Amino acid sequence: MNVISDETIEYVGILAKLELSGEEKEQAKKDMGRMLDYIDQLGELDTDGVEPMSHVFKVHNVFREDVVVNGDGREDTLANAPERSGDSFVVPPTFDM
Amino acid sequence: MKKEILQYTALELAAKIKAGEVTAPEALEAVLAQIEEKEKEYHCYVTVDAEGARARAKEVQAQIEAGTLTGPFAGVPVAIKDNMNTQGILTTCSSKILGNFIPTFSAEAVKKLEEAGAVLIGKTNMDEFAMGSTTETSAYGVTKNPWNTAHVPGGSSGGSAAAVAADECFFALGSDTGGSIRQPASFCGVVGMKPTYGTVSRYGLIAYGSSLDQIGPLCKNVSDCAAVLEVIAGHDPKDSTSVEVENTRYTESLVDDVKGLKIGIPRDYFGEGLDPQVKDAVLQAAQVLRAKGAIVEEFDLSLVKYAIPCYYTIAAAEASSNLERFDGIKYGYRTKDYEGLHPMYKKSRSEGFGAEVKRRIMLGSFVLSSGYYDAYYLKALKVKALIKKAFDEAFAKYDVILGPVAPTTAPELGKSLADPIQMYLGDIYTISVNLAGLPGISVPCGKDEKGLPIGLQLIGDCFKEHTLIRAAYTYEQARGEFGTP
Repeated sequence: MNVISDETIEYVGILAKLELSGEEKEQAKKDMGRMLDYIDQLGELDTDGVEPMSHVFKVHNVFREDVVVNGDGREDTLANAPERSGDSFVVPPTFDM
Repeated sequence: MKKEILQYTALELAAKIKAGEVTAPEALEAVLAQIEEKEKEYHCYVTVDAEGARARAKEVQAQIEAGTLTGPFAGVPVAIKDNMNTQGILTTCSSKILGNFIPTFSAEAVKKLEEAGAVLIGKTNMDEFAMGSTTETSAYGVTKNPWNTAHVPGGSSGGSAAAVAADECFFALGSDTGGSIRQPASFCGVVGMKPTYGTVSRYGLIAYGSSLDQIGPLCKNVSDCAAVLEVIAGHDPKDSTSVEVENTRYTESLVDDVKGLKIGIPRDYFGEGLDPQVKDAVLQAAQVLRAKGAIVEEFDLSLVKYAIPCYYTIAAAEASSNLERFDGIKYGYRTKDYEGLHPMYKKSRSEGFGAEVKRRIMLGSFVLSSGYYDAYYLKALKVKALIKKAFDEAFAKYDVILGPVAPTTAPELGKSLADPIQMYLGDIYTISVNLAGLPGISVPCGKDEKGLPIGLQLIGDCFKEHTLIRAAYTYEQARGEFGTP
Protein backbone atom coordinates (compact mmCIF):
# COMPACT_ATOMS: atom_id res chain seq x y z
CA MET A 1 0.00 0.00 0.00
CA ASN A 2 1.30 3.44 -0.92
CA VAL A 3 1.38 5.95 1.92
CA ILE A 4 1.98 9.47 0.73
CA SER A 5 3.91 11.63 3.19
CA ASP A 6 3.37 15.32 3.90
CA GLU A 7 6.76 16.02 2.29
CA THR A 8 5.74 14.25 -0.92
CA ILE A 9 2.47 16.17 -1.20
CA GLU A 10 4.35 19.39 -0.50
CA TYR A 11 6.89 18.56 -3.23
CA VAL A 12 4.25 17.53 -5.79
CA GLY A 13 2.37 20.74 -5.00
CA ILE A 14 5.48 22.70 -5.96
CA LEU A 15 5.86 20.76 -9.23
CA ALA A 16 2.16 21.13 -10.03
CA LYS A 17 2.12 24.80 -9.01
CA LEU A 18 -0.90 24.21 -6.81
CA GLU A 19 -1.51 25.49 -3.30
CA LEU A 20 -3.72 23.05 -1.44
CA SER A 21 -5.55 23.81 1.80
CA GLY A 22 -4.94 21.54 4.80
CA GLU A 23 -8.11 19.62 4.05
CA GLU A 24 -7.30 19.33 0.32
CA LYS A 25 -3.82 18.02 1.21
CA GLU A 26 -5.24 15.24 3.35
CA GLN A 27 -7.66 14.30 0.58
CA ALA A 28 -4.89 14.44 -2.03
CA LYS A 29 -2.72 12.10 0.07
CA LYS A 30 -5.54 9.58 0.25
CA ASP A 31 -6.50 9.91 -3.43
CA MET A 32 -2.95 9.60 -4.69
CA GLY A 33 -2.19 6.64 -2.44
CA ARG A 34 -5.27 4.79 -3.65
CA MET A 35 -4.55 5.63 -7.27
CA LEU A 36 -0.94 4.45 -7.00
CA ASP A 37 -2.10 1.19 -5.37
CA TYR A 38 -4.31 0.76 -8.40
CA ILE A 39 -1.57 1.67 -10.89
CA ASP A 40 0.79 -0.78 -9.17
CA GLN A 41 -1.15 -3.55 -10.94
CA LEU A 42 0.99 -2.75 -13.97
CA GLY A 43 3.88 -4.36 -12.05
CA GLU A 44 2.23 -7.75 -12.68
CA LEU A 45 3.22 -7.47 -16.34
CA ASP A 46 6.70 -8.42 -17.49
CA THR A 47 7.85 -5.52 -19.63
CA ASP A 48 11.57 -6.39 -19.77
CA GLY A 49 12.89 -5.53 -23.20
CA VAL A 50 9.71 -3.76 -24.24
CA GLU A 51 10.34 -0.45 -25.97
CA PRO A 52 8.26 2.36 -24.31
CA MET A 53 5.67 3.63 -26.80
CA SER A 54 5.03 7.35 -26.57
CA HIS A 55 3.38 7.56 -29.98
CA VAL A 56 1.35 4.92 -31.78
CA PHE A 57 2.67 5.96 -35.17
CA LYS A 58 6.22 6.77 -36.08
CA VAL A 59 6.56 10.47 -35.46
CA HIS A 60 9.18 12.51 -37.21
CA ASN A 61 10.18 16.13 -37.17
CA VAL A 62 7.95 18.29 -39.32
CA PHE A 63 9.68 21.31 -40.80
CA ARG A 64 8.32 24.35 -42.57
CA GLU A 65 9.63 27.71 -43.66
CA ASP A 66 9.38 30.29 -40.90
CA VAL A 67 6.85 32.50 -42.61
CA VAL A 68 4.28 34.59 -40.77
CA VAL A 69 0.81 33.59 -41.94
CA ASN A 70 -1.43 35.06 -39.24
CA GLY A 71 -2.33 38.72 -39.12
CA ASP A 72 -1.85 41.23 -36.34
CA GLY A 73 -3.97 39.83 -33.51
CA ARG A 74 -2.43 42.07 -30.88
CA GLU A 75 -5.60 43.82 -29.73
CA ASP A 76 -7.66 40.61 -29.53
CA THR A 77 -4.83 38.84 -27.72
CA LEU A 78 -4.34 41.62 -25.19
CA ALA A 79 -8.09 41.82 -24.65
CA ASN A 80 -7.79 38.47 -22.86
CA ALA A 81 -5.09 39.70 -20.47
CA PRO A 82 -6.07 39.61 -16.79
CA GLU A 83 -4.16 42.89 -16.49
CA ARG A 84 -2.66 45.03 -19.22
CA SER A 85 -0.87 48.31 -19.60
CA GLY A 86 -1.00 49.71 -23.11
CA ASP A 87 0.42 47.02 -25.36
CA SER A 88 1.91 44.97 -22.53
CA PHE A 89 0.81 42.25 -20.13
CA VAL A 90 1.19 43.32 -16.50
CA VAL A 91 2.98 40.67 -14.42
CA PRO A 92 4.15 40.64 -10.82
CA PRO A 93 7.87 41.48 -10.26
CA THR A 94 9.94 38.47 -11.32
CA PHE A 95 13.19 39.48 -9.60
CA ASP A 96 14.33 41.84 -6.84
CA MET A 97 15.79 45.16 -7.92
CA MET B 1 -43.14 23.24 -39.14
CA LYS B 2 -40.66 23.61 -36.28
CA LYS B 3 -41.13 20.07 -35.02
CA GLU B 4 -40.94 18.74 -38.56
CA ILE B 5 -37.62 20.50 -39.20
CA LEU B 6 -36.17 19.18 -35.96
CA GLN B 7 -36.84 15.60 -37.02
CA TYR B 8 -34.51 15.86 -40.01
CA THR B 9 -31.02 14.46 -39.79
CA ALA B 10 -28.19 16.87 -40.68
CA LEU B 11 -27.95 15.51 -44.23
CA GLU B 12 -31.73 15.57 -44.71
CA LEU B 13 -31.84 19.18 -43.56
CA ALA B 14 -28.96 20.10 -45.86
CA ALA B 15 -30.88 18.56 -48.80
CA LYS B 16 -34.08 20.44 -47.88
CA ILE B 17 -32.17 23.72 -47.67
CA LYS B 18 -30.46 23.04 -50.96
CA ALA B 19 -33.83 22.30 -52.58
CA GLY B 20 -35.22 25.57 -51.23
CA GLU B 21 -37.85 23.81 -49.07
CA VAL B 22 -36.37 25.13 -45.82
CA THR B 23 -34.13 28.16 -45.32
CA ALA B 24 -31.07 28.35 -43.07
CA PRO B 25 -32.74 31.00 -40.82
CA GLU B 26 -35.85 28.78 -40.50
CA ALA B 27 -33.72 25.81 -39.45
CA LEU B 28 -31.86 27.96 -36.94
CA GLU B 29 -35.07 29.43 -35.47
CA ALA B 30 -36.45 25.90 -35.02
CA VAL B 31 -33.34 24.95 -33.04
CA LEU B 32 -33.31 28.18 -31.02
CA ALA B 33 -36.98 27.64 -30.11
CA GLN B 34 -36.17 24.09 -29.01
CA ILE B 35 -33.26 25.41 -26.92
CA GLU B 36 -35.56 28.01 -25.38
CA GLU B 37 -38.02 25.26 -24.47
CA LYS B 38 -35.64 22.53 -23.26
CA GLU B 39 -32.44 24.16 -22.11
CA LYS B 40 -33.65 25.05 -18.59
CA GLU B 41 -34.23 21.38 -18.00
CA TYR B 42 -31.23 19.79 -19.77
CA HIS B 43 -28.51 22.48 -19.74
CA CYS B 44 -26.58 21.18 -22.77
CA TYR B 45 -24.85 24.50 -23.50
CA VAL B 46 -22.39 26.73 -21.68
CA THR B 47 -22.89 29.44 -24.31
CA VAL B 48 -25.64 29.96 -26.90
CA ASP B 49 -24.63 32.60 -29.45
CA ALA B 50 -28.13 33.28 -30.84
CA GLU B 51 -27.22 36.69 -32.25
CA GLY B 52 -24.07 35.49 -34.04
CA ALA B 53 -25.87 32.39 -35.34
CA ARG B 54 -28.76 34.48 -36.73
CA ALA B 55 -26.36 36.75 -38.61
CA ARG B 56 -24.45 33.76 -39.93
CA ALA B 57 -27.64 31.91 -41.02
CA LYS B 58 -28.73 34.97 -42.97
CA GLU B 59 -25.33 35.27 -44.61
CA VAL B 60 -25.27 31.54 -45.45
CA GLN B 61 -28.77 31.70 -46.96
CA ALA B 62 -27.75 34.56 -49.23
CA GLN B 63 -24.67 32.63 -50.36
CA ILE B 64 -26.74 29.49 -51.02
CA GLU B 65 -29.20 31.47 -53.11
CA ALA B 66 -26.36 33.16 -54.99
CA GLY B 67 -24.89 29.73 -55.68
CA THR B 68 -21.56 30.57 -54.03
CA LEU B 69 -22.00 28.19 -51.07
CA THR B 70 -22.57 24.54 -51.96
CA GLY B 71 -20.92 22.82 -48.99
CA PRO B 72 -22.44 19.59 -47.62
CA PHE B 73 -23.74 21.29 -44.44
CA ALA B 74 -24.81 24.63 -45.90
CA GLY B 75 -27.25 26.14 -43.41
CA VAL B 76 -27.18 23.28 -40.89
CA PRO B 77 -26.91 24.36 -37.21
CA VAL B 78 -24.06 22.71 -35.28
CA ALA B 79 -22.97 22.67 -31.61
CA ILE B 80 -19.30 22.61 -30.62
CA LYS B 81 -17.84 21.19 -27.40
CA ASP B 82 -16.48 24.00 -25.27
CA ASN B 83 -12.87 22.80 -25.47
CA MET B 84 -12.54 23.81 -29.13
CA ASN B 85 -11.53 27.37 -29.85
CA THR B 86 -14.12 29.49 -31.60
CA GLN B 87 -12.95 32.90 -32.72
CA GLY B 88 -14.78 35.67 -30.85
CA ILE B 89 -16.96 33.23 -28.87
CA LEU B 90 -16.37 32.44 -25.19
CA THR B 91 -14.49 29.13 -24.80
CA THR B 92 -14.37 27.94 -21.19
CA CYS B 93 -13.48 24.22 -21.23
CA SER B 94 -16.18 24.24 -18.53
CA SER B 95 -13.54 25.62 -16.16
CA LYS B 96 -13.49 28.71 -13.99
CA ILE B 97 -9.90 29.32 -15.10
CA LEU B 98 -11.10 30.08 -18.67
CA GLY B 99 -14.30 31.80 -17.54
CA ASN B 100 -13.61 34.91 -19.66
CA PHE B 101 -11.49 33.53 -22.50
CA ILE B 102 -12.34 34.73 -26.02
CA PRO B 103 -10.17 32.87 -28.57
CA THR B 104 -8.49 34.85 -31.33
CA PHE B 105 -8.75 31.94 -33.78
CA SER B 106 -10.96 28.92 -34.44
CA ALA B 107 -10.00 25.26 -34.22
CA GLU B 108 -9.26 23.73 -37.64
CA ALA B 109 -12.21 21.30 -37.35
CA VAL B 110 -14.56 24.20 -36.59
CA LYS B 111 -13.17 26.19 -39.51
CA LYS B 112 -13.73 23.26 -41.87
CA LEU B 113 -17.34 22.89 -40.75
CA GLU B 114 -17.94 26.60 -41.30
CA GLU B 115 -16.41 26.34 -44.77
CA ALA B 116 -18.88 23.50 -45.41
CA GLY B 117 -21.64 25.96 -44.54
CA ALA B 118 -22.54 24.89 -40.98
CA VAL B 119 -24.02 27.52 -38.64
CA LEU B 120 -22.45 27.50 -35.17
CA ILE B 121 -25.15 27.75 -32.49
CA GLY B 122 -23.03 27.61 -29.37
CA LYS B 123 -20.66 25.74 -27.09
CA THR B 124 -21.64 22.61 -25.23
CA ASN B 125 -21.08 21.69 -21.62
CA MET B 126 -18.44 19.11 -20.68
CA ASP B 127 -16.42 17.79 -17.79
CA GLU B 128 -13.85 20.40 -16.82
CA PHE B 129 -10.93 20.08 -19.29
CA ALA B 130 -12.60 16.84 -20.51
CA MET B 131 -11.64 15.10 -17.26
CA GLY B 132 -14.61 13.02 -16.23
CA SER B 133 -17.24 10.58 -17.43
CA THR B 134 -20.46 12.34 -16.40
CA THR B 135 -20.23 16.08 -17.27
CA GLU B 136 -20.65 16.67 -13.52
CA THR B 137 -17.17 18.20 -13.06
CA SER B 138 -18.19 21.24 -15.15
CA ALA B 139 -17.82 24.57 -13.33
CA TYR B 140 -21.06 25.67 -15.02
CA GLY B 141 -23.56 23.13 -13.73
CA VAL B 142 -24.54 19.60 -14.69
CA THR B 143 -26.17 18.49 -17.94
CA LYS B 144 -29.09 16.10 -17.67
CA ASN B 145 -29.80 13.07 -19.82
CA PRO B 146 -32.76 13.89 -22.10
CA TRP B 147 -33.99 10.27 -21.84
CA ASN B 148 -34.28 10.53 -18.06
CA THR B 149 -33.31 13.74 -16.28
CA ALA B 150 -32.42 11.92 -13.05
CA HIS B 151 -29.43 10.49 -14.95
CA VAL B 152 -26.17 11.90 -16.31
CA PRO B 153 -25.61 12.26 -20.08
CA GLY B 154 -22.14 10.70 -19.74
CA GLY B 155 -18.95 12.56 -20.44
CA SER B 156 -16.87 14.30 -21.08
CA SER B 157 -18.74 15.37 -24.25
CA GLY B 158 -22.05 15.13 -22.36
CA GLY B 159 -23.42 18.47 -23.53
CA SER B 160 -22.79 17.58 -27.19
CA ALA B 161 -24.46 14.15 -26.86
CA ALA B 162 -27.44 15.54 -24.94
CA ALA B 163 -27.87 18.42 -27.41
CA VAL B 164 -28.06 15.97 -30.34
CA ALA B 165 -30.50 13.70 -28.46
CA ALA B 166 -32.69 16.65 -27.43
CA ASP B 167 -32.82 18.18 -30.94
CA GLU B 168 -31.02 21.25 -29.61
CA CYS B 169 -28.73 20.99 -32.66
CA PHE B 170 -28.53 18.82 -35.79
CA PHE B 171 -25.08 17.48 -34.98
CA ALA B 172 -22.18 18.29 -32.71
CA LEU B 173 -18.44 17.96 -32.35
CA GLY B 174 -16.91 16.30 -29.32
CA SER B 175 -13.44 15.14 -28.32
CA ASP B 176 -12.42 11.68 -27.16
CA THR B 177 -9.36 11.06 -24.96
CA GLY B 178 -10.56 7.88 -23.24
CA GLY B 179 -14.12 7.44 -24.48
CA SER B 180 -15.46 10.99 -24.18
CA ILE B 181 -17.38 10.84 -27.48
CA ARG B 182 -18.44 7.17 -27.53
CA GLN B 183 -19.63 6.87 -23.92
CA PRO B 184 -21.95 9.93 -23.86
CA ALA B 185 -23.21 8.94 -27.33
CA SER B 186 -24.06 5.53 -25.85
CA PHE B 187 -25.78 7.05 -22.80
CA CYS B 188 -27.81 9.51 -24.91
CA GLY B 189 -28.82 7.16 -27.75
CA VAL B 190 -26.91 8.94 -30.53
CA VAL B 191 -24.05 7.91 -32.84
CA GLY B 192 -20.55 9.04 -31.83
CA MET B 193 -17.27 8.36 -33.56
CA LYS B 194 -13.66 8.66 -32.48
CA PRO B 195 -11.45 8.63 -35.57
CA THR B 196 -7.94 7.18 -35.79
CA TYR B 197 -5.42 9.40 -33.99
CA GLY B 198 -4.14 12.03 -36.44
CA THR B 199 -7.16 11.92 -38.78
CA VAL B 200 -8.69 15.19 -37.53
CA SER B 201 -6.45 18.17 -36.75
CA ARG B 202 -6.11 18.97 -33.06
CA TYR B 203 -5.19 22.58 -33.87
CA GLY B 204 -7.31 24.74 -31.59
CA LEU B 205 -8.46 21.85 -29.40
CA ILE B 206 -7.50 22.71 -25.83
CA ALA B 207 -5.18 19.83 -24.97
CA TYR B 208 -5.77 17.27 -22.23
CA GLY B 209 -3.74 14.17 -23.19
CA SER B 210 -2.11 15.13 -26.48
CA SER B 211 -1.12 11.59 -27.53
CA LEU B 212 -4.72 10.41 -26.98
CA ASP B 213 -7.00 13.38 -27.84
CA GLN B 214 -9.01 13.20 -31.04
CA ILE B 215 -11.97 15.27 -32.30
CA GLY B 216 -15.00 13.50 -33.75
CA PRO B 217 -18.71 13.83 -34.57
CA LEU B 218 -21.85 13.13 -32.50
CA CYS B 219 -24.85 12.67 -34.78
CA LYS B 220 -28.37 11.35 -35.18
CA ASN B 221 -27.21 8.48 -37.39
CA VAL B 222 -24.22 6.82 -39.05
CA SER B 223 -24.71 8.64 -42.38
CA ASP B 224 -24.41 12.05 -40.72
CA CYS B 225 -21.35 10.82 -38.85
CA ALA B 226 -19.61 9.73 -42.06
CA ALA B 227 -20.47 13.02 -43.75
CA VAL B 228 -19.17 15.13 -40.84
CA LEU B 229 -15.96 13.12 -40.64
CA GLU B 230 -15.49 13.60 -44.39
CA VAL B 231 -15.54 17.37 -43.81
CA ILE B 232 -13.30 17.59 -40.74
CA ALA B 233 -10.69 14.92 -41.63
CA GLY B 234 -7.51 15.77 -43.47
CA HIS B 235 -3.90 16.75 -43.05
CA ASP B 236 -3.19 20.05 -41.31
CA PRO B 237 0.32 21.51 -41.27
CA LYS B 238 -0.59 23.30 -38.02
CA ASP B 239 -0.81 19.96 -36.14
CA SER B 240 2.50 18.08 -36.23
CA THR B 241 0.77 14.75 -35.45
CA SER B 242 -1.76 15.21 -38.24
CA VAL B 243 -1.69 12.38 -40.78
CA GLU B 244 -2.18 12.43 -44.54
CA VAL B 245 -5.12 10.01 -44.94
CA GLU B 246 -5.55 8.58 -48.43
CA ASN B 247 -9.30 8.38 -48.84
CA THR B 248 -11.44 10.64 -46.66
CA ARG B 249 -14.60 10.18 -48.76
CA TYR B 250 -16.25 8.30 -45.91
CA THR B 251 -19.79 8.61 -47.29
CA GLU B 252 -18.72 6.16 -50.05
CA SER B 253 -18.73 3.50 -47.34
CA LEU B 254 -22.40 3.94 -46.41
CA VAL B 255 -23.04 0.52 -47.91
CA ASP B 256 -25.52 -2.00 -46.49
CA ASP B 257 -23.31 -5.08 -46.76
CA VAL B 258 -21.12 -6.99 -44.29
CA LYS B 259 -20.96 -10.31 -46.13
CA GLY B 260 -17.71 -12.04 -45.25
CA LEU B 261 -16.67 -9.30 -42.80
CA LYS B 262 -14.79 -10.88 -39.89
CA ILE B 263 -15.97 -9.63 -36.53
CA GLY B 264 -14.24 -10.59 -33.27
CA ILE B 265 -15.96 -10.41 -29.89
CA PRO B 266 -13.44 -10.21 -27.04
CA ARG B 267 -14.53 -12.63 -24.29
CA ASP B 268 -12.75 -10.37 -21.80
CA TYR B 269 -15.27 -7.58 -22.59
CA PHE B 270 -18.16 -9.69 -21.30
CA GLY B 271 -16.97 -10.66 -17.85
CA GLU B 272 -17.62 -9.39 -14.35
CA GLY B 273 -19.05 -5.89 -13.95
CA LEU B 274 -21.04 -5.88 -17.19
CA ASP B 275 -24.76 -5.19 -16.72
CA PRO B 276 -26.68 -8.23 -18.07
CA GLN B 277 -29.07 -5.96 -19.99
CA VAL B 278 -26.15 -4.28 -21.76
CA LYS B 279 -24.61 -7.67 -22.47
CA ASP B 280 -27.83 -9.03 -24.01
CA ALA B 281 -28.38 -5.96 -26.21
CA VAL B 282 -24.80 -6.01 -27.52
CA LEU B 283 -24.81 -9.75 -28.24
CA GLN B 284 -28.16 -9.31 -29.97
CA ALA B 285 -26.54 -6.69 -32.21
CA ALA B 286 -23.77 -9.19 -33.02
CA GLN B 287 -26.47 -11.65 -34.09
CA VAL B 288 -27.95 -9.01 -36.39
CA LEU B 289 -24.59 -8.58 -38.12
CA ARG B 290 -24.16 -12.36 -38.34
CA ALA B 291 -27.58 -12.63 -39.99
CA LYS B 292 -26.41 -10.02 -42.51
CA GLY B 293 -23.53 -12.28 -43.49
CA ALA B 294 -20.69 -11.32 -41.17
CA ILE B 295 -18.47 -14.03 -39.68
CA VAL B 296 -18.68 -13.49 -35.92
CA GLU B 297 -16.28 -15.23 -33.52
CA GLU B 298 -15.25 -14.92 -29.89
CA PHE B 299 -11.59 -14.46 -28.98
CA ASP B 300 -9.34 -13.41 -26.09
CA LEU B 301 -8.00 -9.88 -26.45
CA SER B 302 -5.99 -10.01 -23.17
CA LEU B 303 -4.57 -7.18 -21.02
CA VAL B 304 -7.99 -5.51 -20.79
CA LYS B 305 -7.84 -4.69 -17.07
CA TYR B 306 -4.40 -3.07 -17.41
CA ALA B 307 -5.69 -0.46 -19.84
CA ILE B 308 -7.23 1.66 -17.08
CA PRO B 309 -4.15 2.11 -14.85
CA CYS B 310 -2.00 2.53 -17.98
CA TYR B 311 -4.32 5.20 -19.36
CA TYR B 312 -4.68 7.19 -16.14
CA THR B 313 -0.89 7.31 -15.70
CA ILE B 314 -0.26 8.58 -19.24
CA ALA B 315 -3.28 10.91 -19.39
CA ALA B 316 -2.47 12.47 -16.00
CA ALA B 317 1.18 12.94 -16.98
CA GLU B 318 0.27 14.68 -20.23
CA ALA B 319 -2.44 16.73 -18.50
CA SER B 320 -0.02 17.98 -15.84
CA SER B 321 2.27 19.21 -18.59
CA ASN B 322 -0.45 20.61 -20.89
CA LEU B 323 -2.22 22.48 -18.11
CA GLU B 324 0.95 24.29 -17.03
CA ARG B 325 0.01 27.01 -19.53
CA PHE B 326 -2.84 28.22 -17.32
CA ASP B 327 -0.84 30.64 -15.24
CA GLY B 328 -2.98 33.78 -15.05
CA ILE B 329 -0.62 35.84 -17.21
CA LYS B 330 -1.87 36.16 -20.79
CA TYR B 331 -5.47 34.97 -20.53
CA GLY B 332 -7.87 33.34 -18.13
CA TYR B 333 -8.37 33.74 -14.42
CA ARG B 334 -5.94 35.60 -12.15
CA THR B 335 -6.38 35.62 -8.37
CA LYS B 336 -7.18 38.95 -6.73
CA ASP B 337 -4.63 39.13 -3.91
CA TYR B 338 -1.06 37.89 -4.25
CA GLU B 339 2.48 38.78 -3.43
CA GLY B 340 5.01 37.96 -6.11
CA LEU B 341 5.02 35.77 -9.18
CA HIS B 342 5.01 32.23 -7.80
CA PRO B 343 2.28 32.81 -5.20
CA MET B 344 0.22 34.37 -8.02
CA TYR B 345 0.66 31.25 -10.22
CA LYS B 346 -0.23 28.91 -7.38
CA LYS B 347 -3.23 30.85 -6.12
CA SER B 348 -4.66 31.48 -9.58
CA ARG B 349 -4.41 27.80 -10.49
CA SER B 350 -5.71 26.55 -7.15
CA GLU B 351 -8.75 28.83 -7.32
CA GLY B 352 -9.29 28.33 -11.05
CA PHE B 353 -9.17 24.51 -11.33
CA GLY B 354 -11.77 22.13 -9.91
CA ALA B 355 -11.12 19.05 -7.75
CA GLU B 356 -10.85 16.39 -10.49
CA VAL B 357 -8.48 18.53 -12.57
CA LYS B 358 -6.25 19.15 -9.54
CA ARG B 359 -6.30 15.44 -8.70
CA ARG B 360 -5.02 14.55 -12.18
CA ILE B 361 -2.43 17.35 -12.27
CA MET B 362 -1.06 16.17 -8.91
CA LEU B 363 -0.94 12.53 -10.03
CA GLY B 364 0.65 13.51 -13.33
CA SER B 365 3.30 15.65 -11.64
CA PHE B 366 4.08 12.76 -9.32
CA VAL B 367 4.48 10.07 -12.01
CA LEU B 368 6.76 12.38 -14.00
CA SER B 369 8.89 13.40 -11.02
CA SER B 370 12.45 12.16 -10.76
CA GLY B 371 12.59 8.95 -8.79
CA TYR B 372 9.13 7.83 -9.93
CA TYR B 373 9.35 8.44 -13.69
CA ASP B 374 10.68 4.98 -14.55
CA ALA B 375 8.46 3.09 -12.14
CA TYR B 376 5.22 4.74 -13.25
CA TYR B 377 5.35 6.76 -16.45
CA LEU B 378 7.86 4.66 -18.38
CA LYS B 379 6.19 1.46 -17.15
CA ALA B 380 2.85 2.74 -18.49
CA LEU B 381 4.40 3.49 -21.89
CA LYS B 382 5.72 -0.08 -22.04
CA VAL B 383 2.29 -1.47 -21.14
CA LYS B 384 0.83 0.73 -23.86
CA ALA B 385 3.15 -1.01 -26.34
CA LEU B 386 1.85 -4.39 -25.14
CA ILE B 387 -1.76 -3.26 -25.50
CA LYS B 388 -1.09 -2.01 -29.03
CA LYS B 389 0.49 -5.39 -29.86
CA ALA B 390 -2.59 -7.24 -28.55
CA PHE B 391 -4.78 -5.18 -30.90
CA ASP B 392 -2.38 -5.75 -33.82
CA GLU B 393 -2.74 -9.50 -33.25
CA ALA B 394 -6.53 -9.20 -33.09
CA PHE B 395 -6.68 -7.20 -36.32
CA ALA B 396 -4.54 -9.82 -38.06
CA LYS B 397 -7.59 -12.08 -37.62
CA TYR B 398 -10.56 -9.70 -37.61
CA ASP B 399 -11.75 -6.65 -39.54
CA VAL B 400 -13.80 -5.27 -36.67
CA ILE B 401 -13.93 -5.80 -32.91
CA LEU B 402 -17.41 -5.68 -31.37
CA GLY B 403 -18.32 -5.03 -27.75
CA PRO B 404 -20.18 -2.75 -25.35
CA VAL B 405 -19.27 0.95 -25.00
CA ALA B 406 -19.72 1.02 -21.24
CA PRO B 407 -20.49 -1.62 -18.58
CA THR B 408 -23.77 0.05 -17.61
CA THR B 409 -26.30 2.56 -18.90
CA ALA B 410 -26.16 6.17 -17.64
CA PRO B 411 -25.74 6.36 -13.85
CA GLU B 412 -27.94 8.58 -11.71
CA LEU B 413 -26.82 12.16 -11.15
CA GLY B 414 -24.62 12.63 -8.10
CA LYS B 415 -23.59 8.98 -7.74
CA SER B 416 -20.23 8.90 -9.53
CA LEU B 417 -17.82 11.56 -8.29
CA ALA B 418 -17.45 10.34 -4.70
CA ASP B 419 -15.34 7.36 -5.79
CA PRO B 420 -12.96 8.32 -8.63
CA ILE B 421 -11.51 4.83 -9.19
CA GLN B 422 -14.99 3.33 -9.45
CA MET B 423 -15.81 6.01 -12.03
CA TYR B 424 -12.60 5.28 -13.97
CA LEU B 425 -13.60 1.58 -14.19
CA GLY B 426 -16.54 2.63 -16.37
CA ASP B 427 -14.00 3.49 -19.11
CA ILE B 428 -12.76 -0.09 -19.41
CA TYR B 429 -14.07 -0.77 -22.95
CA THR B 430 -13.22 2.60 -24.45
CA ILE B 431 -9.79 3.69 -23.22
CA SER B 432 -7.63 1.01 -24.80
CA VAL B 433 -8.86 2.29 -28.17
CA ASN B 434 -7.23 5.66 -27.43
CA LEU B 435 -4.04 4.04 -26.17
CA ALA B 436 -3.74 2.13 -29.45
CA GLY B 437 -4.82 5.12 -31.59
CA LEU B 438 -7.71 3.15 -33.14
CA PRO B 439 -11.03 4.35 -34.54
CA GLY B 440 -14.22 3.43 -32.66
CA ILE B 441 -17.90 4.11 -33.13
CA SER B 442 -20.85 3.92 -30.75
CA VAL B 443 -24.24 3.03 -32.23
CA PRO B 444 -27.48 2.75 -30.19
CA CYS B 445 -28.50 -0.92 -29.92
CA GLY B 446 -31.17 -1.14 -27.23
CA LYS B 447 -32.62 0.22 -24.00
CA ASP B 448 -32.58 -1.04 -20.44
CA GLU B 449 -35.65 -1.56 -18.24
CA LYS B 450 -35.64 2.13 -17.32
CA GLY B 451 -35.67 3.12 -20.99
CA LEU B 452 -32.05 4.31 -20.96
CA PRO B 453 -30.10 3.78 -24.21
CA ILE B 454 -27.42 1.10 -24.63
CA GLY B 455 -24.54 1.54 -27.08
CA LEU B 456 -22.80 -0.95 -29.33
CA GLN B 457 -19.10 -0.28 -29.87
CA LEU B 458 -17.34 -1.23 -33.08
CA ILE B 459 -13.56 -0.85 -33.17
CA GLY B 460 -11.44 -0.88 -36.31
CA ASP B 461 -7.75 -1.06 -37.09
CA CYS B 462 -5.93 2.24 -37.64
CA PHE B 463 -7.29 4.17 -40.67
CA LYS B 464 -9.99 1.53 -41.29
CA GLU B 465 -12.82 4.04 -40.78
CA HIS B 466 -14.36 2.88 -44.06
CA THR B 467 -14.82 -0.67 -42.75
CA LEU B 468 -16.17 0.65 -39.46
CA ILE B 469 -18.70 2.92 -41.15
CA ARG B 470 -19.88 0.11 -43.43
CA ALA B 471 -20.40 -2.24 -40.45
CA ALA B 472 -22.12 0.46 -38.38
CA TYR B 473 -24.35 1.51 -41.28
CA THR B 474 -25.33 -2.09 -42.05
CA TYR B 475 -26.27 -2.66 -38.41
CA GLU B 476 -28.24 0.58 -38.27
CA GLN B 477 -30.20 -0.31 -41.42
CA ALA B 478 -31.12 -3.71 -39.96
CA ARG B 479 -31.99 -2.21 -36.55
CA GLY B 480 -34.35 0.42 -37.94
CA GLU B 481 -35.39 3.63 -36.18
CA PHE B 482 -34.04 3.96 -32.64
CA GLY B 483 -36.34 6.80 -31.62
CA THR B 484 -35.80 9.95 -29.58
CA PRO B 485 -36.37 10.78 -25.88
